Amino acid sequence: MDNDFIKALPKSLTGIDGFDEITLGGLPKGRPTLVCGAAGCGKTLFGIEFLVRGVTQFDEPGVFMSFEETKEELVTNVASLGFDLQDLIDKKKIALDHVHIERSEIEETGEYDLEGLFIRLGYAIDSIGAKRVVLDTIESLFSGLPNQLILRAELRRLFRWLKNKGVTAIITGERGDDTLTRQGLEEYVSDCVIFLDHRVNEQTSTRRLRIVKYRGTVHGTNEYPFLIDESGFSVLPVTSLGLNHIVSNERIPSGIPALDKMLEGKGYYRGSTVLVSGTAGVGKTSIAAHFAEAACKRGERVLYFCFEESPNQLIRNMLSIGIDLETLQQKNLLKFQATRPTFYGLEMHLAVTHKAVKAFKPDIVIFDPINTFAISDKEMEVKTMFMRIVDFLKANQITALFTSLTSNKSILENSAVGLSSLIDTHILLRDIELNGELNRGMYVLKSRGMANSNQIREFILTGEGVELREVYIGAKGVLTGSARIAQEANENADLLNHEKEIERKKRELDRKRKIIETQIAALHAEFGAEESEAILMIEIEQDKLRRLKQDKIEMAKSRNVITDNRTVNNRRGIL
Amino acid sequence: MTGNSELKTKGVNQVDTESDLWVLRLYVAGQSPKAMTALKNLKMICEEQLNGKFTIEVIDLLINPQLGADDQILALPTLVRKLPVPVRKIIGDLSNTERVLVGLDLLPYK
Repeated sequence: MDNDFIKALPKSLTGIDGFDEITLGGLPKGRPTLVCGAAGCGKTLFGIEFLVRGVTQFDEPGVFMSFEETKEELVTNVASLGFDLQDLIDKKKIALDHVHIERSEIEETGEYDLEGLFIRLGYAIDSIGAKRVVLDTIESLFSGLPNQLILRAELRRLFRWLKNKGVTAIITGERGDDTLTRQGLEEYVSDCVIFLDHRVNEQTSTRRLRIVKYRGTVHGTNEYPFLIDESGFSVLPVTSLGLNHIVSNERIPSGIPALDKMLEGKGYYRGSTVLVSGTAGVGKTSIAAHFAEAACKRGERVLYFCFEESPNQLIRNMLSIGIDLETLQQKNLLKFQATRPTFYGLEMHLAVTHKAVKAFKPDIVIFDPINTFAISDKEMEVKTMFMRIVDFLKANQITALFTSLTSNKSILENSAVGLSSLIDTHILLRDIELNGELNRGMYVLKSRGMANSNQIREFILTGEGVELREVYIGAKGVLTGSARIAQEANENADLLNHEKEIERKKRELDRKRKIIETQIAALHAEFGAEESEAILMIEIEQDKLRRLKQDKIEMAKSRNVITDNRTVNNRRGIL
Repeated sequence: MTGNSELKTKGVNQVDTESDLWVLRLYVAGQSPKAMTALKNLKMICEEQLNGKFTIEVIDLLINPQLGADDQILALPTLVRKLPVPVRKIIGDLSNTERVLVGLDLLPYK
């Protein structure tokens, strides 16, 4: 026994959905575990499921010793959860012993012990080779037997005896006023104590499970929501998820080509979380429906949680923008899950989501809308819940699309449940009110891991679905609808004017060029005339000069030859 | 003795009619001191009170553990009055004679 502490504590898988994950392997093997809680919290069911799963999944027979319900009652009660207890009893896999004790029938006349109980339990264990034992609820003995001293001593002996038998046991106990159990059973069963709680908060009930202690091992210490439904118990090991999801580079179209264009032309990342937020009636659901339709057409499965509209209403409404969801639903590619947020508590919603996702195995999950959860001031809880959902979906590589209604007054970027930080791609739809018209604008507020467009697009719902148009953004602000059309007309007119002006300027230039050219030609002509006149003058002058020289030479000849030298000198001086 | 008994059991149980046979079953676990004491006390009380019209069956659950469930035995030793009906159960080693007589409806409950 002592070696067990050196080795890891051996554990016995319960087979209960999620429970083995939070206990990292189940209940302590060969030891008793106390399961306590108030009336109706699911103690008995926990015990029964522990035994049934033990038989069906781990081939470990079990004994159920009931101190409250009779065998017939138990068989009937758990049949509604899908357990065929009678069949397992017939196959000698489960032994059911109802211990009934009636105070009025019993007279105490001296020394006694509870050896009879030990013998019955021992016999039941040995008859089927049981590895698991459930005692439900042993505290009933306290009302049946008057001598508490003997009873307490015997209980202590019983738990020791169970340990020695090496069976993994569950002992259930009713919650006491200040203590975990009415009779302080936690004193005797000290290896593992599990507390079940059934709380009603604002008219919605939530079941929660907490491991109060688990000697010799680490375990999750939070309160985990759990669910009891037609397939039994399921605990949500939600906070055990971390931030180590697998990341996909695959892109999936949004179903609206223009929106894809805003997201690098490819759409969302697979496994990412998309939030579409906006004011009332802005077309959030239409974007979701487009996404669903596109996914289904690729053959992917879509799980659509509607929290405001009934599936039929949604189908009708989406048909008006040309999206036929009904056919997709019939093909079993699309599944609606419609519940009112107030129908049950947040944890229950979480649990339902988990179950539905696990059952349907969708590629895409749509929540429409999420802010209805935040009716009360439980914002933190709502955020935690969605964090859990987002983590869960990411871990399963499921692309999630949430829609969220924002109020006109609040800051637009602030989605109702403060989810933005969890979101990978945030698409914002906003009303643009101008000139007595209400138009819709859309832009991608953020999109992690892609160069998304920073443009606002006008968002138009047509009979063929959603259309995106570029909006007018200029000095007059963002214009949409008819204002945008008017503005565009104005701009067209302006453009025309400009073109005409340019034309006019060009003509002017042409004209000027022609004038100058003619002026140049005239000047050329004038110059030509002057030039020829000047040349004539020059020739006349040159003729005169030549004649003058000739005259001088002839004069010299006529006087005499002696004066020749002087004449030459005089000529030089003149020249 | 009989007269005394009649007086004491007035309005409770008639023991002295011929047809009345008391069927008593004593559940024990082995030859434990408590079991031996209980058997000794039972025999003594029956002989005093029941005028020889009784049978005592001792069931050792260590030998026949499957019999324990039939009479809803938890504590040992347990004495079960099978007849006359209604079935009564008395737990303990029967050392408190008065309580035994009350338990067997031989004394009115105070």
